[in-house]
Parts: sequence; structure tokens; C-alpha cells
Amino acid sequence: MTAPLTAGSRGARPGELDAPPGGAPGSLPPGTARAAGNGPGARPPGASRVLAALDAVRDPELDEPITALGFVASCTVSADGDAHVRLRLPTYFCAPNFAFLMVADAYDAVSGLPGLRTTEIVLEDHFASDAINGGVAARAGFARSFDGEAVGELDQLRADFLRKAVMAGTDQVCRPLLADGTEPSALLTMTLGEVPGSRALDRLRQRRAELGLPAGDDAPLLIDPATGAPVRDDAVPLHLRKARITRVGIEANAGICRGMLRHRYDTAGQGEEDQ
Amino acid sequence: MYEKDGEKYFVVDSHMHFWNAAPDNWVPGHEQYAEGWINCFHAYMGLGPAETHWSIEHFQKYSEDDLMKDVFEDGHVDVAIFQPTYLKEWYKEGFNTTARNAALAAKHPGKLIANTRFDPRDGDVGLEQLRADVERYGSKGVKLYTAEWNNGSRGYKLSDPAAYRFLEAAQDLGIKNIHVHKGPTIWPLDKDAFDVSDIDHAATDFQGLNFIVEHVGLPRIEDFCFMATQEPNVYAGLSVVIGGLMHARPKFFAKVMGELLFWVGEDKMTFGSDYAIWEPKWQVEGFVDWDYPSDEFSDYPRLGVAGKKKILGLNAAKLYDIEVPAEYRLDAGAQLVAGA
Repeated sequence: MTAPLTAGSRGARPGELDAPPGGAPGSLPPGTARAAGNGPGARPPGASRVLAALDAVRDPELDEPITALGFVASCTVSADGDAHVRLRLPTYFCAPNFAFLMVADAYDAVSGLPGLRTTEIVLEDHFASDAINGGVAARAGFARSFDGEAVGELDQLRADFLRKAVMAGTDQVCRPLLADGTEPSALLTMTLGEVPGSRALDRLRQRRAELGLPAGDDAPLLIDPATGAPVRDDAVPLHLRKARITRVGIEANAGICRGMLRHRYDTAGQGEEDQ
Repeated sequence: MYEKDGEKYFVVDSHMHFWNAAPDNWVPGHEQYAEGWINCFHAYMGLGPAETHWSIEHFQKYSEDDLMKDVFEDGHVDVAIFQPTYLKEWYKEGFNTTARNAALAAKHPGKLIANTRFDPRDGDVGLEQLRADVERYGSKGVKLYTAEWNNGSRGYKLSDPAAYRFLEAAQDLGIKNIHVHKGPTIWPLDKDAFDVSDIDHAATDFQGLNFIVEHVGLPRIEDFCFMATQEPNVYAGLSVVIGGLMHARPKFFAKVMGELLFWVGEDKMTFGSDYAIWEPKWQVEGFVDWDYPSDEFSDYPRLGVAGKKKILGLNAAKLYDIEVPAEYRLDAGAQLVAGA
């Protein structure tokens, strides 16, 4: 919480780290992430705008929005433009690295909205709440926030899970094609532009673009998510099998998380979608 | 043992516990972790059928009689294998230690097997402890938590030289089965903690040991399956898979089972109730009745009676040299015919 406000791996943006109006940094309650927003002038956004911004924040492991998962306990904006978001997770011991990513991403998504004076993101009921909230507030990066406890930063981890999301997305896009009679071998020469439009396709393109993998109309549908290289002819059946099990793993895991969250809290989250 | 539709199932529960997580066992100053841990386990129980849920007080500390009734009397289990979890940072006498388990096992000969544990970061002291535990309790298996924190270390890999030293020693001591927790994240900060590639290396280099990956690496089941297809001595431990999914998420359970049957196969899957998180009764009965819920799953391998018998007990019986009465073996029918 009192770490110097210098850049961690996530990068501090100059001007964001000033003390909020009307209070010294030291007066903040412990365990809150807070920083000055884009200044007065614009009208504060409504809570629904903030919630919409949080739709873009995903659980990196489950590849679903934190809103839909029920992780947003509350979301409010005061008349003066102070945004308060409380986040919650399925267990007290959920992996702190993923928790850190979600709190930090939520901070970035909300604090970027015009018209906010301050942004406060609080992760509740977690064994590492203080370290995570304080670390995000100070934009200290994960390794600094867990001084001496975490060996590395999280970019690699996020990329690993994005690659899994690409594999899972490949199953989501290919399964309907196969069900409609497309031969597996035909998928080999298919480009993204030739696939009928769908939410699953948009999502697959987005995940591939995030990884810097080809995502345009002329890009092949089947690629190795590690290298971006097209899948070889004889590797198609195995590639599709791997895509399917990756999706199964992510969805089963999300199912367990939803069940645990429901057991832990008897209220629905803001924007929660039942699955 | 369990009988349904004329078929007899010998049940080995290869992953269960006897813990004390009540306030009398909490380490002063660390109560929040001790309480958070058991609450987290209790939430898993919420994924089972409502009529099997316990109050948190009962869940924190259950008696020997409760265990014997839930597991053996009501739960159809013939032999159960304790997997210890120490967590002495939070629990004064440990959460679920080899000694505690073995004391109960000694009262019920032939019913309970007490596995032990080791941590390669404990060095020579740990090796001595392992020797003493195996000698005293006759353990044939160990449970390992590669993601566990230990004196400033945030996890280890089974492929570390220190781990190899312990695996060699364990093998020399007569240990056959290495159960490794690779599943829902407990406490690791470091990204490598749930990676399964270390098991790949160890399984190749220690052909005399079996590696049972508990919870099938669930968040990363695909990594586990790709690895398990290549290693004949790697098994899928179904604890949490059946308890956590079969009732709460039947569709996902069907998919996970289908994937495991395809990649790993019914000869290398073992049942574990994870008691007291879930009672074995509903898991055994539900698993025997289980089939894919619809045609949507038609390209997955089917699971027949023989496969269920293997998964529920015969596979684990082989791993632990447990003698299975003739009428429960796969060739029981053939023998009866031959003897007629």
C-alpha cells in the first residue's frame, strides 16, 4: 500500500498517480485501490456504464467476463464521479495471481471512463485482499505486490491462457461447421472470412488478435496457437480433439467456480448470467 | 461392496481424509487461514446433493464413528486409502496427518490404508522422516502437493533433483504409488505450480512408480491428458471429478468423463470420494447408474459395467495389491461357468 508509485510491469501512467482530491494518500482505508480519474468537466457515467466497462474484464482462466461469472458484488458511481466497485470470488483461496489480474484489469477498464473523479476497486473476502488491492492501487505489479513471494510477472501466464482460449474457441467455431456436414479436411483450407459470422467467431478473432496471431479474413481457421502456423494436413483430427478437450476443461472449471460462488454468496452478482 | 442389477462392485476409495479443522486445532494468529481453508472445502460439499450436506460444525470435526459409518457402512467402500494433508502452519496438530490416519487404520485392519507424504524441500530431515513413516505405518503410497509453500519456497517440481532424490528413496523403501495434487488451485502464487510437465519427466524416469494425478489437473485437464497418453504409469485420480461435477454439472461431467475415457482409458482411472468433502454413497451409486445423458456425446467411448468395476475399485486394488474376492473380479462370471 505504501510502495513508491513507480511503474511495475503493468506500467504506471503519468498523471494517474496523484493523490485524490481532498485527501492525502495516507488517509485511504487499507485494502482499497484508488486513484484520480480524468478530472472534472465531463458528466459522471452511470453505474450501468461502469458495469458495461467491466464486461470487458475476463477471468483469464475461465475466459468469461467477471460480470457474467457473478464476481461483481456491487458497482456504484456517486454524483461527484467517484466509482466504487466491489469484487468477490468463489473461495477465500482462489489463486491470487488470477485475482490480481482481474482487479488490475477492472481498475484499468473503469478508470479509463471519462467523467470519473476517482476509481476504487476492492476485492473482498480473499486471503490476499490487502496485498492485491494495495498493489493495484499503487500500480506496483504482481511481483512487487507479493514481495519475495512471487517469482515472476503474469504476462506469460495470461498468454498461456489466451492460447487455451484460442483452442477452446476453435472448437466453438468448428463444431457447428462439422455438425452441418463440413468434412474435417475441408476445415484445413478454410479461412476465417469463409466461416459464417457468429459470436464465437468474433470471440476467436479477438483472442487471436490479442496474442498477435493472424485474425483477418484471409487467415487460416486452424492454426497452432503457439506459433500461428497453419495446422498440417495430417494433424487436423488431433488438433480438433485438443480444441475440444481444452474447451471441456475450461467449461467444467467454470461450472465448479459458479457452483462454489453460489454456495458462498446467496445474492446474484451485478450482471451475473446463469449458465 | 455394492451390488446393482446382479453386478457386484468391489469399491476402493483411493482418496479420502480424516481431518480435524475445528477451532481447537487452529494455530493462534493464523485462524483466518484455518477457517478459510475449511470453509473452502465446505463450499465444495455444496456441489453434492443437498440431502448430503453437513453443517459447518460437523464438517470441521467428524468422529471415527462418523467416518466408519459414512464410508464403510453406508458408503459401499471395501478399502479406503487415506491421503494426508499436513498444513501445520494453520492447524496445531496438522489438518490430516499420517499419524492421525494411521491410528484409525490400526483399529480396523484391512479396511484403511495410511499413505504418507514427503516434501523434497525438507532435505535430509525429510528423508529421515519418510523412512520412519514408511517403517512405522507401512505406507505404500504418498500424497504430494507440489504447489505447497515451504519456508519461502512457493512450490517445487517433481523433476527437481531434490525431488528425484526423494522418489529414489521412496522407491527403495517400497513405495509404489505417488499421488500428486494437480487440481483446483489451493494456494500457489507461482504459475508453474499447476503445470503437469514435471510428472511427465518423473514418470519416464521412474518406471517402477505409478503416478496418480489427483483431480486430473482439472483446470488444465488437457495438459494432463496429453501427458497421460504417453506415460503408461500415469493414472487419472477422479476425486473432485465425480464429487464436484456428477451431481452439480452433469453435462460437463459427461464431457470430462468422455475425454478421460478417450485419452486416458478405463484401465487407468481410479475412484476417490474425497471424503469428508463428499460422502461416497451417492457417488458410488450415481456412478454405477451413470451414462451419457444424450446422443450429443456419441463420439466419446462408452463406459460399460466392466469399466465401472475397474474404475470403482479393481484398478486401485491392483496398484495397492489389495486382494479382491473372486466374485468381484472381472472374470467372476467365467469362473462360475467353468465351475458349473
